Amino acid sequence: MAAGVAAWLPFARAAAIGWMPVANCPMPIAPRDHRKRHDELIILNVSGRRFQTWRTTLDRYPDTLLGSSEKQFFYDEETKEYFFDRDPDSFRSILNFYRTGKLHYPRYECISAYDEELTFFGIIPEIIGDCCYEEYKDRKRENAERLQDDQDDNKDCKLPNMTYRETMWRAFENPHTSTMALVFYYVTGFFIAISVLTNVIETVPCGATPSQKDMPCGERYTIAFFCMDTACVLIFTVEYLMRLFAAPSRYQFMRSVMSIIDVVAIFPYYIGLVMTDNEDVSGAFVTLRVFRVFRIFKFSRHSQGLRILGYTLKSCASELGFLLFSLTMAIIIFATVMFYAEKGSSSTKFTSIPASFWYTIVTMTTLGYGDMVPKTIAGKIFGSICSLSGVLVIALPVPVIVSNFSRIYHQNQRADKRRAQKVQKARLARIRIAQTGSSCTGFLQSKRNDLLNELLELTGSEEEEQQLNKGMSLLESQHHHLLHCLEKTTAHEFVDEQLYEQNCLETTIQSYTSRSPSFSSQDGPIGTCCTRRGKMNSPLPNSSLPLQPSHQQGSLQELSALHIQCGDKLPHTTSRSSLNMKTDDVGLINCKGSQITTAIISIPTAPSDTTDGGALHGPPQRRPPPPPTGPQAPSINTTASSNVIKVSAL
Amino acid sequence: ISFLYTCTAVLIFPNIDSVEDELELSAVRHRPEGLEQLEALTRFNRKELQILYRGFKNECPSGVVNEDTFKDIYSQFFPQGDASTYAHFLFNAFDTDKDGSVSFEDFVMGLSILLRGSVQEKLNWAFNLYDINKDGYITKEEMLDIMKAIYDMMGKCTYPLLKDDTPRQHVEIFFQKMDKNKDGVVTIDEFIDCCQNDENIMRSMQLFDNVI
Repeated sequence: MAAGVAAWLPFARAAAIGWMPVANCPMPIAPRDHRKRHDELIILNVSGRRFQTWRTTLDRYPDTLLGSSEKQFFYDEETKEYFFDRDPDSFRSILNFYRTGKLHYPRYECISAYDEELTFFGIIPEIIGDCCYEEYKDRKRENAERLQDDQDDNKDCKLPNMTYRETMWRAFENPHTSTMALVFYYVTGFFIAISVLTNVIETVPCGATPSQKDMPCGERYTIAFFCMDTACVLIFTVEYLMRLFAAPSRYQFMRSVMSIIDVVAIFPYYIGLVMTDNEDVSGAFVTLRVFRVFRIFKFSRHSQGLRILGYTLKSCASELGFLLFSLTMAIIIFATVMFYAEKGSSSTKFTSIPASFWYTIVTMTTLGYGDMVPKTIAGKIFGSICSLSGVLVIALPVPVIVSNFSRIYHQNQRADKRRAQKVQKARLARIRIAQTGSSCTGFLQSKRNDLLNELLELTGSEEEEQQLNKGMSLLESQHHHLLHCLEKTTAHEFVDEQLYEQNCLETTIQSYTSRSPSFSSQDGPIGTCCTRRGKMNSPLPNSSLPLQPSHQQGSLQELSALHIQCGDKLPHTTSRSSLNMKTDDVGLINCKGSQITTAIISIPTAPSDTTDGGALHGPPQRRPPPPPTGPQAPSINTTASSNVIKVSAL
Repeated sequence: ISFLYTCTAVLIFPNIDSVEDELELSAVRHRPEGLEQLEALTRFNRKELQILYRGFKNECPSGVVNEDTFKDIYSQFFPQGDASTYAHFLFNAFDTDKDGSVSFEDFVMGLSILLRGSVQEKLNWAFNLYDINKDGYITKEEMLDIMKAIYDMMGKCTYPLLKDDTPRQHVEIFFQKMDKNKDGVVTIDEFIDCCQNDENIMRSMQLFDNVI
C-alpha cells in the first residue's frame, strides 16, 4: 500500500459501513490506536539544513531508518531534533519518498553516493519510481562496467592461477592482453590478407609467353600458388583447432558465426585434396574454390566496424525484408507494363516478362546500362515513371538502415544493453507483483499469526504467543482489519494462489466423486460464516436442521481437539501425516452421541511446507464418498495452513 | 542521385524522432470553503478537518477527485480483487451534487455521516449507496450489482471457492431478511426497521466510530 493512500485509509474504513447491512455475521473488532492522537512535527537536521515533517509521514514506512525506532539513536536531547551527518541534497529525495510514496533519482546525483544514502536510510533502490528507474539502472550499469573494467585491468596485471586453456582463450579474445596474443593476432591477419590476395592474383592473366597463350597466373605457377594455399590453410586450421581447444564452451563456440566462417574457409581445400582424382566432380571442385573468398570474412575478428555492419544488417532484417518485398512488387509491375507496351514494336529486346525484369531493375536503381531501351512512346513514358518510382522505393528504407548502423556504432559494444533491458523489464514486473502481492501476503500472514495466537491462548502456552507477536504498524493492522471485514461480509476468505489452485483441483475431483448433490448448494450462504473456529459446513440435507444445538457441542469438541493438537506440535512441524493421525484419533475418540450424521473426512498429506516466506501450503479439503454405513463419528474437518490449524466440525 | 537522396534523408531522419509537444490542459482546481463553514456543516472539529484535508490534498493536489483517481485509490486497499465497480458505486454515493467529481466538501460530509452520524443517518447513507438509481427502492437487480461488486473485491483466490451464483444467493438472503411485504423491493423504512432489529448490524455500525 503506497504511502499516499495511507491518508485515505480512514476513508476506506468508513466506507466499509456500506458492507455492514449486507453481512450476515458479526464483524471483527477494530485494532485500537494506542498512540497519541495529535500529530507532531519532527525536525530533521541534516548537516545543518533543517527539514520538518509530521511524525505520521515518517511512520508510513516502519522498516526504514526514519520510520522505525532506529532514529532515536540520532536524537539530540538539547536541540530536540534528529541530527544526521549526511548529504542534505540527497536527503531531499529521501524525504520526498516519505511524503509522496515515490522515490526519485535526481540526474545530477552521483550513483554511488545516492546508493550509499539509500542504504544508510534503509530504503531499497528497487522502489524507485518508473520515471527515474531507467536512468538509475543505466547509470548503475555504467558504473558496474567501469568497475568491471578496472577489475579486469587489475586482473591483467597480476597473473592469476588460470589454466593454460583459459589463458589461451583470453589471448584469443583480447589481443591486447599479452604480446604473444598480439603477435598471433597480426600474423593471422597477415595470412588472411595473403590468402585473399593469392585468390585474386590467381585469376589475373600473367604475361603471355611466346609458347603459350595468355593464361591466368594460377595455371602458370600452379605449384607456387598451391604451396601458398596450403600454408594459409595450415595456419587457419591450426588457429581453428587452438580456438576450439581453448573455448570454454566448445559446443557454443562451434555454433558461433566466426567459427562457421572459419570452417567454410578451410573446408574447400580439404575437399579439393580428397577429390582431385575424380574427374566428374572436378566441376564441383572448382565451385568450391569460390568459398575461399569467405576467408575475407575472417577479417571481421580484426575489424570492429565489419562486425557492426554485420550486426546492423542482422538487426535491420525487417527493413531489408520490406525493401526487398517492395522492390519485387514494383519490378513485377513495371516489367509487365513494359513488356506489354513494347510488345508492338519489332526487334524489341523485351521478349518476355522475365526478360523485362532486367530492364526494370537497372532502371529503378538508376543504373541505366542502356542494353535494353524502350522504343515506343508508351514504353518511354512508362520507363520514365519506372525510373522515378525506383528512386522513391529504394530511398525510403535505406535511411532506416543507415541510421540503424549509426546508432549501433555509437552504442558500440552495448549489445548487452538489450539483454539488460529485458532483464530490467522482467525485474520491474517482478517488483510490481511483489508490491501488489505483499500487502495481501502480509494480510494472510498476519491472519495466520492471529489465528495461532488465539489457539495458543486457549492452550495457555504463552511463550509461542510472544514469539509470534510481530510488531505491525497501526496502519497495517487497520488495513488488515478492513480486509477482514470484507471477508466477513462475503463469508469467504482470502487465500494464497497455491491453496486456491489446490482447491480448484480438488473441487473438480470432488464433482466426480461426490455422492450428495446438495453439497454445493448448501455451501455458500448458510454455513460458511461466523467465527473461524465454528465453521459449519453442512453437506447433508438432514444435518441442516439441528444446526444450532450442535454448534456448541461442536465447538467444545473442537476446543478439545485443538488442545490436543496444538499442545503437542508447534507450528513448525513438517509432518502432516502425524497430525492427520491425531485428527482421526480424536474424531474417533470423541465419539459422543452426535445428532448429526456426518461424513468422515480425511486429509491428504501435503508436501513439506516452508515456514519462511509466507507461502501457504495447505492440504486442501477433500471429501471422499462417505462409506455406506457412515459411523456416527463427528469427524473433524481440518484444513491446515503452514502454521495454523482451522478446525470445523460437521 | 540516389546517394544524394540518402544523404539528405539521413540528415532529416533524426528529426523525425522528436515527439510533438502537446499542450496540457491545466487541471481543474478547486478550493474548499473555509474551515469555519466546514466545521458548521460537519461534525468534525478543526484539527480533524485539518488532518483530513492534508491527506486529501496530498493524494489529489488539484483539490477534486475524479472517478478514475477514486477507483485507483480505493483499489490499492484491495490488491487481490477488482475494486473498481464498488468504487464506482461509492463514488456516486459521495458525489452528492452529481458533478462528476468529489470535492473536499463532499468527501468530508460523507465521512461526517459515516463516522459521526447517528445510526439512522448511517443506515440512510447505506440505503443511498445500494439504491443505484436513487428512486427510493432497492430492487433485486440493484442489490445484485452491489453484491457482485463486493464479491469482485475478493478476487478469485478465496476459500471456499467463489461460485457464480454466490452473489445471487446472498441477495436472496438479504431480500428474505429485509423485504417484509415481499413486494420485490426494499424501501427505506423496511431497510431501517430491519437493520435496527438486527443486533449484528447495529453493533457493526459502531465499529468505525473512532477511526478519525
